[in-house]
Amino acid sequence: MSKPESHSILLEVQDLVINFALRGGDLTALNGISFSLNQGERLGLVGESGAGKSVAGFSIINLISKPGYIAKGKVLFQGREISALSFEQLRRIRGNGINMVFQDPMMTLNPVLTIGIQMVETIKAHQEISDQEAAAMAVDKLRQVHIPSPEKRLTQYPHEFSGGMRQRIIIAIALLNNPQLIIADEPTTALDVTIQAEIMDLFLELCSQQNMGLILITHDLAVVSETTEKMAVMYAGRIVEQGPTDEVIADPQHPYTQGLIAALPQTEHRGTRLNQIPGTMPILTSIPPGCSFHPRCTKARDICSVYTPELAPIQARERLVACHLLQP
Amino acid sequence: MQNAEYTDQAPLVSVVHLHKIFDISGGLLDQLSWQQGRLRREKTLVKAITNVSFGIRPGETLSVVGESGCGKSTLGRTVIGLHQPNSGQVYYGSTRIDTFSPKQMLPFRRRMQMVFQDPYASLNPRKRVVKILEEPLAFHFPRLSAAERKDRLEEVMLQVGGDPQWLIRLPHEFSGGQRQRISIARALIVDPDFIVADEPISALDVSIQAQILNLMLDAQEERGLAYLFIAHDLSVVEHISTRVAVMYLGTVCELAESGDLFANPMHPYTKALLSAIPRLGTKREGHVKLRGEVPTPINLPPGCVFHRRCRFARDICRLEFPELMTMADGREVACHGIREGWICTLH
Repeated sequence: MSKPESHSILLEVQDLVINFALRGGDLTALNGISFSLNQGERLGLVGESGAGKSVAGFSIINLISKPGYIAKGKVLFQGREISALSFEQLRRIRGNGINMVFQDPMMTLNPVLTIGIQMVETIKAHQEISDQEAAAMAVDKLRQVHIPSPEKRLTQYPHEFSGGMRQRIIIAIALLNNPQLIIADEPTTALDVTIQAEIMDLFLELCSQQNMGLILITHDLAVVSETTEKMAVMYAGRIVEQGPTDEVIADPQHPYTQGLIAALPQTEHRGTRLNQIPGTMPILTSIPPGCSFHPRCTKARDICSVYTPELAPIQARERLVACHLLQP
Repeated sequence: MQNAEYTDQAPLVSVVHLHKIFDISGGLLDQLSWQQGRLRREKTLVKAITNVSFGIRPGETLSVVGESGCGKSTLGRTVIGLHQPNSGQVYYGSTRIDTFSPKQMLPFRRRMQMVFQDPYASLNPRKRVVKILEEPLAFHFPRLSAAERKDRLEEVMLQVGGDPQWLIRLPHEFSGGQRQRISIARALIVDPDFIVADEPISALDVSIQAQILNLMLDAQEERGLAYLFIAHDLSVVEHISTRVAVMYLGTVCELAESGDLFANPMHPYTKALLSAIPRLGTKREGHVKLRGEVPTPINLPPGCVFHRRCRFARDICRLEFPELMTMADGREVACHGIREGWICTLH
């Protein structure tokens, strides 16, 4: 592995297509998404359920299980293509280079093993060190995620921790082998707001301390707005808008992004009707032709139901929007 | 909805000094323990609600917010009569209803309905929508003819933004948002005055949440409904509430007009809770951090329930339970520090 520069490209996803082979033919869950992430950068992937944001996260470290497969495109991590690696080569990257944090901390920890055993196991899978050294490392990481009296905690089982503490432990485990990138799939959805604030603060602190990249997959625009530098909005398996978080939030261009932001309750308009997007997200088996958002779009024209708009730059080069209305 | 005209009205539903305690000690053998050479029998009690009083006026939305385990769902269920309170009273208008037998309760059940959080669990999967909606109608209005019932069904279906075609389908054929519309239709069909909505939108996507909230706001406007809205999403609460009650470990720590509460939270816990809300277009900073985690409500210590996480806590907080007191702007706060003036209430 080459030593990365401080602003070099950490991860690049190029035109990735994920299909699920089913009896009736292939279902396309992810339809040609591309994005890149620099060292130490934080990206938010936003969308409603069924948009394909979790599949996008899983596909980066090739966690797509059968009947899903990568039909097209590639994932480059530190300049190296990882979408075609063998299981063993991939396993090294999964622990050391990229790590994942999932939504439900109770489902990710083994309930019948102590935290210590699970952490030592993870360290020893990637490093040749003794149990004592590994345990010392585990204590160190637990301290880093602000768990009080970590030495005592190592001998406890997952059920002895609260939801917020468990998520901290998961993050500590993800940090064990000093990854360059963490993919967090709805890390705070199961938690209360005060705990959510703590966990997001922790992510920010760790990212800046270790110059670590973060891909935050969530449905919560406000969380993305507070924590990330770049964001991509997904709809029915595609990215419909992408750009610097502040700009996308302040001045959304795609009608779907505009609708999502307008649907959030705003302090200024208390008690009035919210702006709603009519209808629901299409299911994968019946994605409409053309722009998949056109049946719900108030600005749709004839062309929208025929041709699929490309993700194209508008204004600055960093802003990409897939909408016919914004393209000549 | 903020309607000044309602503020002087008598409450539609009110609770007075409500307590709800769950005994989770199990059987006799579970209660026995060996301590200091003696066999002792101890009960494990969960104080889910401690001394809660409030009134809900006709046409207003009172929201109850708090973290998981603070007793907000138990409160909703106790108000509507799904739980019996251990002490305290529940009134509908001026009638005390918590002591009623199921039969005496019947006319009040029609006026008080509930919408549950999970639309996948709250609709019977083996019944068609027509059956789900017709059952409460036939039960509470036995005199209606079949044709009249059908009219009512179609009317309510249209009102919740559904389609009369939905009536012949089964719950599994609908999406989460559609199911929640059916749940709301089931509550509306008996023409209630008061609805307890227990996290009605937290299982739904953002764009669908807006649809359901609009539906609830419309129904409130048309029928003058009062809502007890239980939620943990504070930005939604801020949007739809007339008044907000903040709960922590079974007690109300602050109850105020929505605008006042969000503009100037007084109780230390309210301050921390509100500052944790993620906001669009802001960066993470200036959060009030809380020490530790929410303790379990099992065998609570005396004193203010919040004292172990409160950075202002003094000796009195560890000893005495603070009572709610009314402030100059009409809000109620339960805090020794604010009452005695060592916590500054200005922002």
